[in-house]
Amino acid sequence: MSQLEINWDKEPVPLSRVPIIEEVLRVPFNISNEEILETWRMVEVEKLDIRTITMGINILDCRDADAEKTGRNIYDKICLSARDLVKVGQDIEKDYGIPIINKRISVTPIAMLVDGFSADQIIKIGHYLDQAALEVGVNFLGGFSALVHKGYTRGARELIKAIPETLASTEHVCSSVNVGTTKAGINMDAVYDMGKIIKTTAQLTADRDGLGCCKLVVFCNAVDDNPFMAGAFHGPGEPELVLNIGISGPGVVGNVVKNNPDCDLGELANRIKNTAFKITRSGELVGRVASSRLGVPFGIVDLSLAPTPAVGDSVAEILEAMGLERVGTHGSTAALALLNDAVKKGGAMASSYVGGLSGAFIPVSEDAGMIEAAAAGALSIDKLEAMTCVCSVGLDMIAVPGDTPAETLSAIIADEAAIGMINRKTTAVRIIPAPGKQEGDYVEFGGLLGRAPVMSVNKNLSTLFINRKGRIPAPIQALNN
Amino acid sequence: MEEGKRAIITVLGHDRVGIIYGISGVLANNNVNILDISQTILKEFFTMVMVVDVSQSLVEFAELKEQLAGKGKELGLQVNLQHEDIFKFMHRI
Repeated sequence: MSQLEINWDKEPVPLSRVPIIEEVLRVPFNISNEEILETWRMVEVEKLDIRTITMGINILDCRDADAEKTGRNIYDKICLSARDLVKVGQDIEKDYGIPIINKRISVTPIAMLVDGFSADQIIKIGHYLDQAALEVGVNFLGGFSALVHKGYTRGARELIKAIPETLASTEHVCSSVNVGTTKAGINMDAVYDMGKIIKTTAQLTADRDGLGCCKLVVFCNAVDDNPFMAGAFHGPGEPELVLNIGISGPGVVGNVVKNNPDCDLGELANRIKNTAFKITRSGELVGRVASSRLGVPFGIVDLSLAPTPAVGDSVAEILEAMGLERVGTHGSTAALALLNDAVKKGGAMASSYVGGLSGAFIPVSEDAGMIEAAAAGALSIDKLEAMTCVCSVGLDMIAVPGDTPAETLSAIIADEAAIGMINRKTTAVRIIPAPGKQEGDYVEFGGLLGRAPVMSVNKNLSTLFINRKGRIPAPIQALNN
Repeated sequence: MEEGKRAIITVLGHDRVGIIYGISGVLANNNVNILDISQTILKEFFTMVMVVDVSQSLVEFAELKEQLAGKGKELGLQVNLQHEDIFKFMHRI
């Protein structure tokens, strides 16, 4: 019987057979054309993307008495666990028409499984990590890390020694060191050491403007489930395998602000919130689909506005669209606070599990607007430090003169760590003392890492303060039991 | 999670004769059923949204996407194929 013939003999449909509302919603498709075009516009024009799918892998079981064997075990486990990660990521991009820029891996902090090994042996383990990243096709692998907020283990001490050489001789490995927490205070011995480690890392990669430092983050209150590099690691409380999603979308939020030049800040916050909801939903979807296709539990969506050097993909441009002549001027901190909060409020509703860093990033070299503001002299390190009090994640991708003393770098780290410790938030320092460069010169890293003007630091020394070392006690905020 | 069986085709560009003919030809050749079509023309700018059922498609999703984009290029249009869930997730709770 063709579909056009009507069977008049059929009994009338009883009322109980009238489709219930869920069935009606299934067919026809009830999304309006305007909404479909809005999604199209977000991706094609405003550069909405999923910044990263990061697979966390527990490698504690890879430890062997022999360092070489440990490295091989780690390599094997990563290659086995993440063999389909890139393929599944690419399939999801095609199926849903939303770009997934990076597929990455984070592993258990390496310091947790290298006690008894020497720095040289740990560098070799770093090479195995690099090879594993290359083999599965991810661009970065995080977890060459140590958590030393209260003090050093033998493994952590050797790992930190191994950082400069590892970052210089590998391409994909990222390193992070947690030097403080609200609960533990700040380990100033580690802060002292990290200033020197950063200097050495820059010198070993001097031919590439100190590129090694772009892969090294010093944290206070580091989080276990951060999907973003260079600070991602698979924390001690995480499951065997997990997928964490980092969303993006400064361009989408920027357009909301630009298209609403006259509304007051309360209304503006509301509109940013609505948009953040939609952006985050796309991350939630990608997370759920990837989790089901890979058979790996879905961890969290990280609600961060992550800029790239591309024009129109800038957090600085959002702040300027709010009415600041240049980011870095008075009012920047307030504008950023509003933005950061609105993104969180919209995002928190959109995802079942929110985590990671979840806050707007303000890296200098990775954000076209930040670069311009720094070059024009509108944005200083001091203002950036103030801005990190109201957003994630810290002084990020900042180039300073190559002759900056290690103690000054340590003091910059100590300041950021203090902000994090007192305000119970994550802060970080990813700073590049660019070898041979002076204030006003440029460093070029290329790709997502971008380029940056070398910014000036305070010339007055902090050496005696840093040389005291020891431990800054946990603040009264920690005593909340 | 269970992924839906439907996909959305968006066609954007200058209006001309034969757009629906061209796109639906690709779909028919691949055994893809059209569930809904709507189009608007604003100052010669043509937008069309199609809801299709890809469950019986003879080719993989990515291949269908390429064929449609290829046909779009021929007609001077941007043609995109996306899974329905992205729209449901973004615009409905």
